[in-house]
Amino acid sequence: MNIERFLPTEEAVALLELTQELAEHELAPKVDDFEARGEFPREGIRTLGRAGLLGLPYPEEFGGGGQPYEVYLQVLEVLAGRWLAVAEAVSVHTLSCYPVAAHGSDSQRKRFLPDMLGGELLGAYCLSEPQGGSDAASLTTRAVRDGDDFVVTGTKAWITHAGVADFYNVFCRTGGPGPEGISCLLTEADTAGITPQAREKTMGLRSSPVAQIAFDSARVSADRLIGDEGGGFRIAMSALDSGRLGIAACAVGLAQAALDYAVAYSRERDQFGQRIIDFQGLGFMLADMATQVSAARALTLHAARLRDAGRRYSVESAKAKLFATDMAMKVTTDAVQVLGGYGYVADHPVERYMREAKVLQIVEGTNQIQRLVISRALARQH
Amino acid sequence: MKIVVLVKQVPDSGAERNLRSDDSTVDRDSANNVINEMDEYAIEEALKLREAHGGEVTILTMGPERAAESIRKALSMGPDKAVHVLDDALHGSCALATSKVLAAALKTLEPDLVIAGAESTDARGQVLPHMLAERLGAAALTGARKLTVDGATLTIERQTEEGYEVVTASTPAVVSVWDTINEPRYPSFKGIMEAKKKPVQTLSLGDLGIDAGEVGFGGASTAVVEHARRPPRQGGTRVNDDGEGGVKLVEFLVSEKFV
Ligand SMILES: Cc1cc2nc3c(=O)[nH]c(=O)nc-3n(C[C@H](O)[C@H](O)[C@H](O)COP(=O)(O)OP(=O)(O)OC[C@H]3O[C@@H](n4cnc5c(N)ncnc54)[C@H](O)[C@@H]3O)c2cc1C
Repeated sequence: MNIERFLPTEEAVALLELTQELAEHELAPKVDDFEARGEFPREGIRTLGRAGLLGLPYPEEFGGGGQPYEVYLQVLEVLAGRWLAVAEAVSVHTLSCYPVAAHGSDSQRKRFLPDMLGGELLGAYCLSEPQGGSDAASLTTRAVRDGDDFVVTGTKAWITHAGVADFYNVFCRTGGPGPEGISCLLTEADTAGITPQAREKTMGLRSSPVAQIAFDSARVSADRLIGDEGGGFRIAMSALDSGRLGIAACAVGLAQAALDYAVAYSRERDQFGQRIIDFQGLGFMLADMATQVSAARALTLHAARLRDAGRRYSVESAKAKLFATDMAMKVTTDAVQVLGGYGYVADHPVERYMREAKVLQIVEGTNQIQRLVISRALARQH
Repeated sequence: MKIVVLVKQVPDSGAERNLRSDDSTVDRDSANNVINEMDEYAIEEALKLREAHGGEVTILTMGPERAAESIRKALSMGPDKAVHVLDDALHGSCALATSKVLAAALKTLEPDLVIAGAESTDARGQVLPHMLAERLGAAALTGARKLTVDGATLTIERQTEEGYEVVTASTPAVVSVWDTINEPRYPSFKGIMEAKKKPVQTLSLGDLGIDAGEVGFGGASTAVVEHARRPPRQGGTRVNDDGEGGVKLVEFLVSEKFV
C-alpha cells in the first residue's frame, strides 16, 4: 500500500524512492531463499551500503548521510517490510556506530567513522551476556589494563552479526561492580582472542547470524577506549535510546507488510459467496490492524522528531519500542488468522512475519524493561 | 577520454503503452516515463571507462521538458554533466531527423566516444547509432556485449544470434550496447544529492543551427499512416506427447531460436 508520508525535505523523498527501488529489486526477490537457507545476505547489505544506507543519521563530514532520525527510521521501515533481517542489520550497524560518533574523541571520530559509515564495513554491539541481558549493569566480561592495551576476557551472548561483522563494540568491566565499572571498547573483529561461537538456531530472522562471542585474553589497544573509563554503561544506555527507535521502525514496517498482505488476500478470498473482507467480523479486524500500525508509526516518528530537535526522547523512545513491537506481534498474528490455513504454511509470508515479530519484543531491552523505564519516569514525575 | 552517453526517456516498458490518437506519437502524458533501460547499461559502461581511464562523462538527451527527470536520474548514477536538446518543434521527429539533431549537438561536445543503448524500448529501431556514426564520420561499433579500450583502440564483442563477432576500430566512435554488457549500478543517496548541482545545458534548434522545418512532422522522412492495438494473445501451440513430445518441443524451441 502507498503510505502517506510527511517527509521534511525533497532529498528525503528521493532517499525513500531509492530505498523503495532497492527493497523491490534487491531484497524482495531474495528474501525467501536466504531465509530458507539461513544465509546472511552480505552482498545485498554491501549494495545498500554503497547506496549510502549504512550511515544515514551521521554527519556528512564523516561520510554519513546527514539525515534526521525521522527520515532514517522511515528508510528502515521500508526495508523491514521486505526483509526484516536486513532492516535489523542496518539498525544494528547504525547502533554500532553510535558510541564513537556520539562519545568518541575528535581523533577517534576522524580515524574510525569514515570507514564505519562508508558502506563496506558492518558493525556489531556486544552488551548481553549468557547470565544476563536485562541486567546489563552486572556484566562480567573483564578488560584489564596492560601497558598500552586492554586484555579482554569473557563471553558475550546473542550477538547479531557475530562472525560477519568487521568491528565489535564491547562493553566490559574495567573497574568495580555496578554500572560505574563498565567501559566501551571498539575492537576489530579479527583481533586475536575474539572467537565467534556456533550460530544459534533461531525462531525467525534466520538469515541473520546470532552467536556467542568468546573473548580469551584479546588485546585491544587502549586508544580504542570510547569515552571515559567507567563511562561505558551510560554510552550503552544512550545508544539503546536511539537503537530502540530503530527496532520500533522495523516493527512498523513488518506490521505494515503483514497488513498489506492480509488486506490483499481478504479481497480475493471468497467464502459463503462473498469476499471475506466484506464480513464485518474480519473487516473490523483489518481496520484495527491498520489503525494500530498507523498509531505505532506516529508514536515512533514523534519520538524521532523530539530527538531530531535535541529534546529529551528517552522515555518516548521506550514507549515507541514497547507499543510498536507489541503491535507488530498482534498484527502479524492476526494476519495469519486472516489467511486461515494458508496463513500457517510457508507459501505465504505471514507465518514468517509472525515468527520475526517475536524477537522485536525481546531485543534492545525486553518490553518489560521498556515498561520499567517508563514507570520509573512516571514515579519520578512531580 | 571524453564520453557522451545518449539517454532517451521512454514510457515504462513494464506498463501498458499507447500511441496518441491525434498524431500517432508515443503517448507520454499517461505513461510512467523512465530512462530507456538499455541506456542505463550505456551509462554504466561509460562510468567504468571513466573509472579505469579518467575523463569525463556527459549525458545527451533530446526530449520534451519532462525528460529533465530522466536526466537527473542519469546524473545521479555518476556522470559529470548533461546536455538537453529541448525544442517544441522537435515533436514528431523521425529517426533521421533525430540523428541530425543529436549529431549537431555531439559536434559541439567533440567526444572521443559516444555510447548508446542498442535500442530504445519504445521504437526499437536500432538505427540511431549507425546514423550518428555516419553523420559524424566516426566508426560504428554496434550491438556490443563487451567493450575494451586500449588507448585510442576500441574492441567490441558484437552480439549476434549465433554468438559474437570481434570488431575493432579507433576513436572517435559510436558504440551501442546490449544489456549483456554489465550490471548497472544503483544511484547512491549522495549521487542523488550531487546530481541536483550538476550542470545541465539546454540547447534549442537555433543553438544548433537547425531550421525547425528540417525536423518534427514537417521534416519527417517517415510517417505513421495507421496504427492499431496489438491483437490479444493467441492460444499458443499445443504439443501432445505421443512418444515424440520431447523432440517436438526442442524443434519448436529451435524454430523460435530459443536454443
Ligand atoms: C535474535 C537476537 C539478537 C540479539 N542481538 C543482540 C546484540 O546484537 N547485542 C546484544 O548485546 N544483545 C543481543 N540480544 C540479546 C537481547 O538483548 C537479550 O536477550 C535481552 O536483553 C534479554 O536478556 P535475557 O535474554 O538475558 O533475558 P532476561 O534478562 O533473563 O529476562 C528474562 C525475562 O525476565 C524479564 N525481566 C527481566 N528483568 C525484569 C524486570 N526488572 N522486571 C520485569 N521483568 C523482567 C524479561 O523481560 C524476560 O521476559 C539479542 C537477542 C536475540 C534473541
